[in-house]
Amino acid sequence: MAIVTLFASPLEWISQPWHWSISGVAIAGILFLMTWMGRSFGVSTAFRNFCTMAGAGKKYDFFDINLKDENWRLAFVLGAVLGGFIGAHLLTSPEAVAISSETITHLKENFGISYPQGGGFLPTEIFNYSNPKGVILTIIGGFLVGFGARYGRGCTSGHAITGLSHLQLPSLLTVIGFFIGGLLMTWVIMPLIF
Amino acid sequence: MTKSEAVSWFRIHEMFRFESFHMYGIIGTAVVLGAIIIAAMKRFKVKTLRDTMVGYMPMQLHVPRHLLAGSIFGLGWALMGACPGPMFVMLGQGFGIFALVILSATLGTFAYGVVKDHLPH
Repeated sequence: MAIVTLFASPLEWISQPWHWSISGVAIAGILFLMTWMGRSFGVSTAFRNFCTMAGAGKKYDFFDINLKDENWRLAFVLGAVLGGFIGAHLLTSPEAVAISSETITHLKENFGISYPQGGGFLPTEIFNYSNPKGVILTIIGGFLVGFGARYGRGCTSGHAITGLSHLQLPSLLTVIGFFIGGLLMTWVIMPLIF
Repeated sequence: MTKSEAVSWFRIHEMFRFESFHMYGIIGTAVVLGAIIIAAMKRFKVKTLRDTMVGYMPMQLHVPRHLLAGSIFGLGWALMGACPGPMFVMLGQGFGIFALVILSATLGTFAYGVVKDHLPH
């Protein structure tokens, strides 16, 4: 019984949502490890590797890359899938994500999205395979992320985290671009399509 | 990422509406600490495990490219509420729709590889 209590309380503690600073420190820790490994931390290049795996390198030089040097990145994304599984199923938070009441009101009144749903992680009423509109938006959204990330040579991890930590001006401009697009979608396009 | 809710669609929406400090706290902490770590590694000339020096492959400055590419990415980021890393985390959480997101992102990447010579760089 004593052992159960000993294991139960840290598990209960770790199952609570974590403070944002813990995540910030963890991301900086990942940046340190990747840099120490002699790699440049960035996730979106994994999509380029998938293209290479599918054989795109035969026709397009852009995808003709040596995957041996990319094993660490593929391991990282597999780890992310595993981490998501552990976080959601073994360390399940007792309550849905505590987003602000203004956001909840806005979603309800302007988009007709009730909260919580999807455990506070995703508006599953829209984004699911049986909703044609959701499927179309998903394809468009994923495509824009993949295209924009490669055109800009990096995504949030490569520019907002790694590039800014290296004080790179191109990265700062790219992050400003992320917000131009993000604000346009959130404030102008979403009210039209939701 | 799951436990700090950074992979939540709702958190990203809230961030773009400026209705919470949460995401800015995460990114801000990561960047400030990251900049200190990188500066220290450069200052003390830390060798990486691959026997190289700490550096960043510089990107040629091309303002329209950065802003345009960033904006295209941002549109997708805000719509899906996930950037590339969280897409994999959300798939692991069991949101199957993210298999389609990852596939579409791969197609988007492929499309860039095909048309890249026609874009301003």
